[in-house]
Amino acid sequence: MTDALLEVNGLRTVFDTRAGTVCAVDGVDATVRRGECLGVVGESGSGKSVTFASVMGLVRPPGRIEAGRILFEGRDLRALSPRQMRAIRGRDIAMTMQDALTALNPALTVGEQMAEMMEAHDESLPASRGARRRAIAERSAEMLGLVGIPSAGERLRQYPHEFSGGMRQRIMIAIALASRPKLLIADEPTTALDVTIQAQVLELITDIRAELGMSVVLITHDLGVVAEHCDRVMVMYAGQVVETGPTADVIGAPRHPYTKGLLASIPRLALRGQRIRPIEGQVPELIDLPPQCRFYSRCPERGPECLRPVEMHDAGEGREARCVRVVPEMVS
Amino acid sequence: MTGSAPLLEVDKLVKEYRGGRRLADRLTGRPETVVRAVTGVSLSIARGEIVGLIGESGCGKSTLGRSILRLHEPTSGRVTFDGTDVTALAAPAMKAMRRRMQIIFQDPYASLNPRRTVGEIVGLPLRLHGLARSPAEVRDLVAAMIEKVGLKSAHLDRYPHQFSGGQRQRIGIARALVSHPEFIVCDEPVSALDVSIQAQIIQLLTDLKSEMGLTYLFISHDISVIGYLSDRVAVMYLGELVEFGPVEDVLARPRHPYTQSLMSAVPEVDRPGHRHRVRLEGDLPSPLAPPPGCRFHTRCPFATDICRREAPRTETVGPGHTAACHRLSENLSLLDEEQA
Ligand SMILES: Nc1ncnc2c1ncn2[C@@H]1O[C@H](COP(=O)(O)OP(=O)(O)OP(=O)(O)O)[C@@H](O)[C@H]1O
Ligand SMILES: Nc1ncnc2c1ncn2[C@@H]1O[C@H](COP(=O)(O)OP(=O)(O)OP(=O)(O)O)[C@@H](O)[C@H]1O
Ligand code: SF4
Ligand SMILES: [Mg+2]
Ligand SMILES: [Mg+2]
Repeated sequence: MTDALLEVNGLRTVFDTRAGTVCAVDGVDATVRRGECLGVVGESGSGKSVTFASVMGLVRPPGRIEAGRILFEGRDLRALSPRQMRAIRGRDIAMTMQDALTALNPALTVGEQMAEMMEAHDESLPASRGARRRAIAERSAEMLGLVGIPSAGERLRQYPHEFSGGMRQRIMIAIALASRPKLLIADEPTTALDVTIQAQVLELITDIRAELGMSVVLITHDLGVVAEHCDRVMVMYAGQVVETGPTADVIGAPRHPYTKGLLASIPRLALRGQRIRPIEGQVPELIDLPPQCRFYSRCPERGPECLRPVEMHDAGEGREARCVRVVPEMVS
Repeated sequence: MTGSAPLLEVDKLVKEYRGGRRLADRLTGRPETVVRAVTGVSLSIARGEIVGLIGESGCGKSTLGRSILRLHEPTSGRVTFDGTDVTALAAPAMKAMRRRMQIIFQDPYASLNPRRTVGEIVGLPLRLHGLARSPAEVRDLVAAMIEKVGLKSAHLDRYPHQFSGGQRQRIGIARALVSHPEFIVCDEPVSALDVSIQAQIIQLLTDLKSEMGLTYLFISHDISVIGYLSDRVAVMYLGELVEFGPVEDVLARPRHPYTQSLMSAVPEVDRPGHRHRVRLEGDLPSPLAPPPGCRFHTRCPFATDICRREAPRTETVGPGHTAACHRLSENLSLLDEEQA
């Protein structure tokens, strides 16, 4: 047994479109260990959401998983029936969607949605109906309070449209946490939030993680958030993982040119007066990609040897990067 | 900044949105809802300066920016641009003034007309203000502008949906700059973009600023972006400015408890976890019924009786640095030593 809670191997998820087959996720390997927080960063459209929607069994036509293995606690999720998968979703793995507006049911109050989740998945609730209802109401109010929603008790009776965008995002997190999952996948959980509330939500996730031994996948575009909250980070570009490793190492000394460029692009107070160095150009279309490094057209370090498919290279110390320039770092 | 008169002066600007009353509201005599989005903001911007405007979602940043340009009519207050009272201008004069004052919108997807080609979109301000003598001249000026923002003149006949988000934002910038304005409200011009594309646009905006001698009001909720490019920064909370001053002072030595809590919460790539996080407790207030006294008192750890009763006055706390808080003289700080 490894300490891996989730193991994804060779995942390939495609969308059939009129223009051709979009290969949104192309050979992704990912591991989430017990209790850890994995950060997932990368360019918009690089396949972050689709990767984890695939894990959740939530890819709908025209999308389909073409290849790959998804093991959760050693069980192959792709072999499960839809019913078995539904049981796992919510109880064992919960995902908060990037788009909180569409993910909540507009016809049910927030309290009803939280109760539904707990009824379906929480075995620790009391058996008698009255006690059960009270326990659910109490826990729901507590969860809403934890995600920073004032007057939680009263607001349980309100519908999603009566909350602001940021509040809906926090409600999603409260609902996801209500069933105390083993793995929480949070897709851009704090994008619409004020930094003070963002900090509050991330601390909440970190607290619950410590308390329940929960693992977390945090999909975000904010490298600061990754630096502060994630043990390891996985960087995606054009459907592939291009770099993985312990967060501090990757941020301190990125090995893939895309990660380097990403870090050099962040404006910082400390860099006032200096030019930032943006990565030039744009992400390639994910249709009929040429068999070469996908970062080639934007890469300052490119050369003729990059014009063939590039594998992950061992970059030493639990690190990997998909670049021909990478050799394991010599022990210094 | 310099001794000369500021390019833009905003004086006690107020903007209220009145919600239409539904029939049921009228029958039950429920009063009309009034959103007090901006409640008496004053600030000035010198020529060539970048003033950053930060604050949480819904605090009134876009409303302030749009009211300055009278895209939303201010409820009261005055805006003076280069000596002219903009708020008093009649429609034709205001139209002429718009050539000199432009805006770049937050959403590169929604702000471009999908049925017009890029050439038509960018050429529109030229035609509107009669800045070109012939269609050929429009085309030349547009082509020059489109290349300045890093696109190709071959793109002129394409439609917005044929471009990526970053490219669309470049089109929006070209449209704002083609009439050679002096002042631009940049309303979160990079928030909807990828980090790597954000950097391209920020660099473009700073290059164009020095090249064309522009002045910006730069709205963002990203403190790193504001810190990187602003000369001075204004911090807004629930329709009011709570702190204003040189960026080094406001961000490095914030005096208002709200600014302090913001600074404590910024996640940093370089020094993760070095900050002591300030957790704001208490209710998020609503602009429908702003709390009495200091608007921040419902969340402020330092709030006392007077804060709940009386609105604080804006005081000078350093050279060109102002803040509005009852307890400034006590030098309280939510940030620990290391950060101060
Ligand atoms: N329903 C769909 N039909 C066709 N293509 C799709 C569909 N859903 C996703 N894609 C494509 O799959 C790719 C990966 O999308 P995904 O949503 O995973 O990106 P992401 O990394 O999460 O980006 P973001 O940071 O913008 O959320 C994109 O190129 C997208 O265009
Ligand atoms: N056209 C409108 N009609 C009614 N209310 C409005 C209108 N536009 C904005 N508001 C309200 O005015 C307040 C300020 O909104 P504004 O868009 O200025 O905020 P903001 O600071 O720009 O927020 P964000 O960071 O989310 O863009 C909010 O409460 C908003 O709901
Ligand atoms: S493989 Fe070549 S093109 Fe790709 S990232 Fe490395 S150096 Fe750049
Ligand atoms: Mg996504
Ligand atoms: Mg806005």
